[in-house]
Amino acid sequence: MESAKYVSQKISKTRWRPVSYSSLQQPDIFATGSWDNEENKVSVWSIGNLGSSGLEDGFEGDPQLICEQKHDGDVLDLQFLDQERVVTVSSTGAVTIFRQAPNSQTMSICKHWARAHRYPSDNAPSTGVACNSPEIVTVGEDGRIIVFRADQEGVVRVIENADSSTLHAVTYLRTTEVLTVNSIGQLKLWDLRQQSNSPSQILSLSRDRVPLYCVDRHPNQQHIVATGGQDGMLCVWDVRQGNMPFSLMEAHSAEMWEVHFHPTNPDHLFTCSEDGSLLHWETSSPSEMPSFLQGGRNSNMTSRSAMAPAGGNQSIISAWLHGDSSKSRLETTHMLPSQTLSVNSLDVLGQCLVCGTDGEAIFVNRQVPV
Amino acid sequence: MEELQQVAGVDVFDFICLTSAFFPFFSQVSILLAIELIWNLCEVLFIDAAPAGSLLLHLLDWVRLHKADVDEKAKDVLQSDSPAEHHNYWDVVVSYVLQGRLEEARQMLVKQATLQPASRNMYKLMDSLLSKMPFYNPGGTQTLTEFDVKWRNWHEEVDRYLKDNTFASNRHLELICKILVGDEDTLLEQKELLSTWYHFLVTRLLYSHPTVKPTDLHYYAQSCLTMFLDSRSVQEPLDSILLAAFEFDIYLVIKDCSIVLNNWWFVAHLTDLLDHCKLLQSHNLNFGSNMREFLLLEYASGLFTHHSLWQCAVDYFDHCPELGRACLELQIERVPLDTERKALKVLRICEERQMSEQVRSICKIMAMRALRNNRLGSALSWSIRAKDAAFATLISERFLQDYCAKGTFSDLDLIDNLGPAMLLSDRLTFLGKYREFHKLYGEKRFKEAAKLLLSLMTAKIAPQSFWMTLLTDALPLLEQKEVIFSADQTYELMYCLEELTSSLDTEEDVEQTKVELLRLSLARNLAMAIIKEGTVET
Repeated sequence: MESAKYVSQKISKTRWRPVSYSSLQQPDIFATGSWDNEENKVSVWSIGNLGSSGLEDGFEGDPQLICEQKHDGDVLDLQFLDQERVVTVSSTGAVTIFRQAPNSQTMSICKHWARAHRYPSDNAPSTGVACNSPEIVTVGEDGRIIVFRADQEGVVRVIENADSSTLHAVTYLRTTEVLTVNSIGQLKLWDLRQQSNSPSQILSLSRDRVPLYCVDRHPNQQHIVATGGQDGMLCVWDVRQGNMPFSLMEAHSAEMWEVHFHPTNPDHLFTCSEDGSLLHWETSSPSEMPSFLQGGRNSNMTSRSAMAPAGGNQSIISAWLHGDSSKSRLETTHMLPSQTLSVNSLDVLGQCLVCGTDGEAIFVNRQVPV
Repeated sequence: MEELQQVAGVDVFDFICLTSAFFPFFSQVSILLAIELIWNLCEVLFIDAAPAGSLLLHLLDWVRLHKADVDEKAKDVLQSDSPAEHHNYWDVVVSYVLQGRLEEARQMLVKQATLQPASRNMYKLMDSLLSKMPFYNPGGTQTLTEFDVKWRNWHEEVDRYLKDNTFASNRHLELICKILVGDEDTLLEQKELLSTWYHFLVTRLLYSHPTVKPTDLHYYAQSCLTMFLDSRSVQEPLDSILLAAFEFDIYLVIKDCSIVLNNWWFVAHLTDLLDHCKLLQSHNLNFGSNMREFLLLEYASGLFTHHSLWQCAVDYFDHCPELGRACLELQIERVPLDTERKALKVLRICEERQMSEQVRSICKIMAMRALRNNRLGSALSWSIRAKDAAFATLISERFLQDYCAKGTFSDLDLIDNLGPAMLLSDRLTFLGKYREFHKLYGEKRFKEAAKLLLSLMTAKIAPQSFWMTLLTDALPLLEQKEVIFSADQTYELMYCLEELTSSLDTEEDVEQTKVELLRLSLARNLAMAIIKEGTVET
């Protein structure tokens, strides 16, 4: 069930708080960051029953605000470091760790690195953060990659001039390797064990150098990543295989802001875009019954995928990389009811999906068909 | 709306009246309630355009909607142990009657009737009078005239009972009877329960002229207003607006609202709605657009100055056919661009509307900023987006200057991976090819490097200013033991050198020595090449 909650602030990022894998609980707490306000905020919301505060408003699952904290500058990225702490990066170039003690109603700043990203004479916005507790990696418009540790005061390492253009997103590939995407359509792999300031590998499309804005790694197969960029195309890459993406699919009619593989069910992928849509991609491997024959789905769209057949190495298991479209089915479903302003961010965990828009709304779906 | 009134804790009418002198400086809630009042009235009068008969029913709904305290009081009374003895009991009953909610009034009266078995007959009579009051049914088969006749009969019956002093022994029932007969003085005495002149108006019409025609409304409105306001209270802006609405003077309503309210939100949307209902004749204003568009433009321009609502304003401009686009073009360039992400969103808005001028200008701003901060890759990516060849040339110049100054390329990741963007500007193409030359040289593929170097000059890809550097780069190739440049190629090199020296001012000594050195190397290479080519392999 979709429910929209209007929160009077444009949402730039939403993230579920991680749930421990031992429990089979569905996530019930998420954090949001706002942008373009005079006073921006980081807020924590709950959709579960919090003891006494139950379904007073009558609308089941309406997100309730637990606590919020002022944030200096736009929240350009937000990640949970662990159950209690959230890292944000700001348009002022600052990196901040917020902490909310369990069962408390307040949030406080526990670490703040001001102007971590900067130009000589100006602020440089920091655009992306990735966490592998206690390590934190941030990237920014100044082309730097900075490594922090949550328990240390100073900066652990700075890779100066990692890129001559803006780095828009970063993700961990392995515990010692990160992948960044930039404004000239390149994916760069960085080995953090090396001391050198150059990437260990650079991949890019051989055609137009379209800026890339988001990247996500396949949860089980570390060599598969998906990216999205200015032209709204979804690209799936195999980083071992050099310079060509394996699949190129037309996804959106405007910039794609985020792409996420489902963490436990990676046949499902979610993308959101400036054009106001959120797409749920589902691929089924050939051995299973094609998903469109299964019942219980509403508002299906015919697949708009335009998969470029790539030289399929048969040993690759992942259905995402099948070049031959007759062997695997790809289904795309719109998840939001109607025309909205840009969907800036989404996160999916278990069966729950949360997204935030420029229309100052948060949508929560607790029954994502995965 | 009711919730809002409950939250505010007071009856909106009271609230507005009490502090009505400060109407323009109200808190947001009270302004919102007043706006809702005006909006609903406009809906009833202008949009539904109810004819006589239904008009009164709509007005009754309108009054009921905006006076929620009756239900509050009723709830209190009913929840008490003995409702009929509650101090607000009669207030509730009378309020119900004033609002024409006779069913509920009857239900309340039953409670009183059970307590006073002696007056049972009176209560029964009142009950029957209340139940017999005719209400016009717009969907029914009864015509207005038939209804009028029925109503008059009923009215006369009530009047008769009044004149017979049937209810004289119970002052409350007598009061109710007088209300039912539409006695003005009695109604005026209920000022506290009515609390506003428009409630008074509607009640008065209900019990004396239920078939009022829209065109006659304003007579009653004006007289009610005058009667209700005594010497102490003064006519408020809200009152004038409502009066203008009752007079069906749309323009006056819009004008007064514009004056009283401090932003264009309400007026713009109301005018837009009325325009869609084709109720506004086009009022040509000085700059050629009509009133709806004027107000929408004002509102949207105001929105644009807001730090985050500028995105909504874009849609408003889209719906102004004459001047919307021009206004948007002017405004969109003024949105402050603190981050690249915001710039991207603004650019998307411009590109969707084919505003190429604005795209170029925004990209140029971002590119200049990037250049100032030495982010050459970003600058290039912005100029690619704007398809701005001139700027791409500028960036390439920067790279080349850096190279001349430092001897190495900065930002190799960018130059090595230019891809099709190279074709955007000649200078950029040269940069890419030049870098390729260096790569080939580094890989010791001398023949190919030489060929590339030469083509850079002969195909005129390289700017003349750079030829000296290129020729200097050719030196090591010329000095190799193995002959790399063929005889023809050497002739071309010499030709290039001559072309260069003839066009340059030859004053600098450094240049002269270089030129000398080059001539020497070229001559030597030529010699070796001729010999090599002339030699027959044995």
